[in-house]
Amino acid sequence: MKRAQRNSVLVHVAAIVTSVVILAPFLWMVMASITPQRILITTPLQWIPDELDLSRYVQIFTGGSEGVGATFRAAMLNSIIVAVGTVTISMIVGILGAYAFARLKFRFRRAILMTFLASYMLPQIALLIPLYLILNTAGLLNTKTGLILVDCAIVIPFVLWVLSNYFMTIPEELEEAARIDGTTRLGALFWVVLPAAKPGLFAAIMFAFLLAWDEFMYALIFTSSDVAKTLPVALSEFAGRYTTDFGLVAAGGILAALPPLIVAVIFQRYIVSGMASGAVKG
Amino acid sequence: MVRSKRENQARLAFWLLIPAGVAVFGVIVYPILRTLLISFFEVTSALATDTPFVGFNNYLEVLSNSTFWASMGRTLYFTLISTSLELCLGLLLAGLLNAKLRARWLFRAIVVIPWAIPTIVSAAMWKGVFNAQYGPLNAMLSQLGIIDQYQAWLGDPTTALNMVILADVWKSTPLVAFFLLAGLTAIPNELYEAAKLDRASWPRIFRSIVLPMLIPSISIVLVLRTVEAFKVFDIIYVMTRGGPVNGTQTIAYYAYTTAFSDQNFGVGSALSYVIVIVILALSAIYLRLLRRSEMSLL
Repeated sequence: MKRAQRNSVLVHVAAIVTSVVILAPFLWMVMASITPQRILITTPLQWIPDELDLSRYVQIFTGGSEGVGATFRAAMLNSIIVAVGTVTISMIVGILGAYAFARLKFRFRRAILMTFLASYMLPQIALLIPLYLILNTAGLLNTKTGLILVDCAIVIPFVLWVLSNYFMTIPEELEEAARIDGTTRLGALFWVVLPAAKPGLFAAIMFAFLLAWDEFMYALIFTSSDVAKTLPVALSEFAGRYTTDFGLVAAGGILAALPPLIVAVIFQRYIVSGMASGAVKG
Repeated sequence: MVRSKRENQARLAFWLLIPAGVAVFGVIVYPILRTLLISFFEVTSALATDTPFVGFNNYLEVLSNSTFWASMGRTLYFTLISTSLELCLGLLLAGLLNAKLRARWLFRAIVVIPWAIPTIVSAAMWKGVFNAQYGPLNAMLSQLGIIDQYQAWLGDPTTALNMVILADVWKSTPLVAFFLLAGLTAIPNELYEAAKLDRASWPRIFRSIVLPMLIPSISIVLVLRTVEAFKVFDIIYVMTRGGPVNGTQTIAYYAYTTAFSDQNFGVGSALSYVIVIVILALSAIYLRLLRRSEMSLL
């Protein structure tokens, strides 16, 4: 019993140390975002400032077009639209495709799935120049629609992979019972498979959202103004321009991290169950 | 009867897969072929009208360039070090996530944070942490008496590359850990109980039960992280812009500057094809491993 107790203490200590390592840089960024500029650059560093400064948040939320405020708010809206659009399309398309991979027998099934997964290996840089020309011709350069289109090509293979693995773990008998009652395959997919696949669906949504929110290279090259610029691009510009005021970059970074953080914390309990069956032969 | 059922299934599969196929390959196929084509021409401006065919000259130019080989070396170093650190730390972290902990949900919610934080935000954050004037790393180390004076962590080429690796490890280890945790939770409890009955030691249990059962998850994570690390771009773009003195210029960043800063699209395209070839080679090696470990579906 004593040994078990000692192990338990060790595990808890390790968990606390890990948490500190994970949280420390992030908490410093939070502090930096509300520390006045002159205190932020003093040596030795005041870890806890004696006065607080919320002016960067005020600037971001209310600032006009001459400052960072307008750009940041536009980028936040663009990011939300692009991410939600990408996730919605990828999930619909991915659910249909994953069902085919998991349940139907057809020639080249494995080869086709492998081709989808292999598309992930292509570096975006190898597609940039022609994609730029295509989007330009189609009038989709610097539009959210254009970004959603190219982002879907990144996200769909992931969704296909997570979902087809998960669908395979759902017993086929469930579906067969419904089909004997005269339900079509698509009916069975919607009324039987999807309700049973909730953890997999949530895991896929979380993956898709984080991927879409994080996408940088396409947005960097294909957007040029507040009309379509997403948060990662806007932030990289802040970080390049406001090198003297880290607090402003920190405040922007924290706000940009909030949506994915909220999604991840809400959905994190589904990651494990949604992937558990996915990673191992069922 | 059986035959027509199969045909029906194939037809349904075709219609179910068409949307995904169009959405993915509609975006990829033409550009990847077009880039291949461009890589054989001399294109030195976006509006160039005179673009002579140069055969393999762009490739020869890339391969005979010492900057290319230096970037390739750095990229392989980055890939090897960051992927192996993330795998080892990820394994430990997965074990910790799986352990009996009070407030385990809280621990899991904390571990998911770096994964959720956008790469650009994490890069900007670490750029601040390593800052030579106000960076908290300097503040902490000097207040603890470990260093006498503030260091420019991103000022020296080799140190900067290692610091970028550190930032990447912080960001990506949780993802690796959660993938491995998914594999860990799939190991049946009976196996552990049987091992305990046999009075097997922990290292022994890890080697003969945990590791073999985790091989599929480990292989997947290894492929994902290797490919991802080899393509690394955004974290470099924000933290160092490839500097100092090209010390953190990875191959993707080099291709980006060649194509978009120097407007040398021909050579840039050849470079990105070299990246494609190396990634395909790496993946081919991994896929053999995967197949040997009998992945589902793969």
